[in-house]
Amino acid sequence: MSVVQAVALLTVACAGTAVVLIGEPLRQILALGVYGLTLTVLFFALQAPDVALSEIVVSSLGLPLIAIAALRKIRQQERRHEQDERRG
Amino acid sequence: MSPRARLGLFALAGPGLLAVLVIGFLGLPAFGDYHGVYGLVVDGVELGERHATDMVTALNFDVRAFDTLGEEYLLFASVVGVVVLLRQLRGEHDDERGEAEREDGEGGERDGHDGSEHAFAGASDALRGLSLVLVPMLIALGVYLVIHGALTPGGGFQGGVVLAAGPIAVLVAGRYLAMKRLAPDWALEALEAAGAGAYALLGLGGLVLAGVFMKNFLPLGIPGHLLSAGSMPLNSIGVGLEVTGAFLLVWSEFLDQALLVRRGADG
Repeated sequence: MSVVQAVALLTVACAGTAVVLIGEPLRQILALGVYGLTLTVLFFALQAPDVALSEIVVSSLGLPLIAIAALRKIRQQERRHEQDERRG
Repeated sequence: MSPRARLGLFALAGPGLLAVLVIGFLGLPAFGDYHGVYGLVVDGVELGERHATDMVTALNFDVRAFDTLGEEYLLFASVVGVVVLLRQLRGEHDDERGEAEREDGEGGERDGHDGSEHAFAGASDALRGLSLVLVPMLIALGVYLVIHGALTPGGGFQGGVVLAAGPIAVLVAGRYLAMKRLAPDWALEALEAAGAGAYALLGLGGLVLAGVFMKNFLPLGIPGHLLSAGSMPLNSIGVGLEVTGAFLLVWSEFLDQALLVRRGADG
């Protein structure tokens, strides 16, 4: 195992732990994107550039957009429920 | 079960699990140790007999082209499922709200929102400028990844998602409706269907012209040239179109749900 691979593995471990420890969903989505970037570096260091490309497009684009849209929708609904309750 | 009993059970099971894990890890092959024959065979066959230089793409579009067809239609079916589900729900929702408004008469005047207005306009000038630069760059990179699938790392899937990110950069600039104009739903549906159909048709072409479904039937060219590796570049373009359409369609359905402010829904 080269130094680059070892460092990449350690970064993935740190970023993954960070994603688990962050409780707030929006920050968690951003941390997940960063985690995907560290995974991309790891795959690249392990000589799998095709997988690295797939990982970066899915983790930094595909997943966060859907998750953020879903989060926004949930908050909209929460707001509406509050208003309905206030209105009676 | 009381917490104490649970803790006791864990005290028994935990060390056992740890022991099994340690034994398992000790039996693992060393880091980077590779004994597979398959990879070596693919390396030899795909460059020599198919003139492809990126083995992963060659694997996807030649060795297991039929599996890729299944994955294509898996994506296709799941996107159609999402679209059908979300459009149905939205329709029901609109009807319900519409009736409520008719009932209380002035309900529609509660807020100034038009049905088509979007609530995402917080982009700074710097972000707008940057995303304007990003759009052509993303599209160029996506096209490059798709058409060079058989030559360099990348291919239809990766390039397709990068292409789909082009219109998303317009959204990041706070222009959701401009994004909708750039990539209208009907065009995305057509793109997705055309891509999926093209891949299947290439397979049928192999059946008709070479006698086996998905078999290469085009000239192989010189390894490393853009037009080489037989039908792989075409396969890659088919997959690229489908993935672009599929991702944009799913995103725009989700974003429709989240961003479009409906009458009385967000006042």
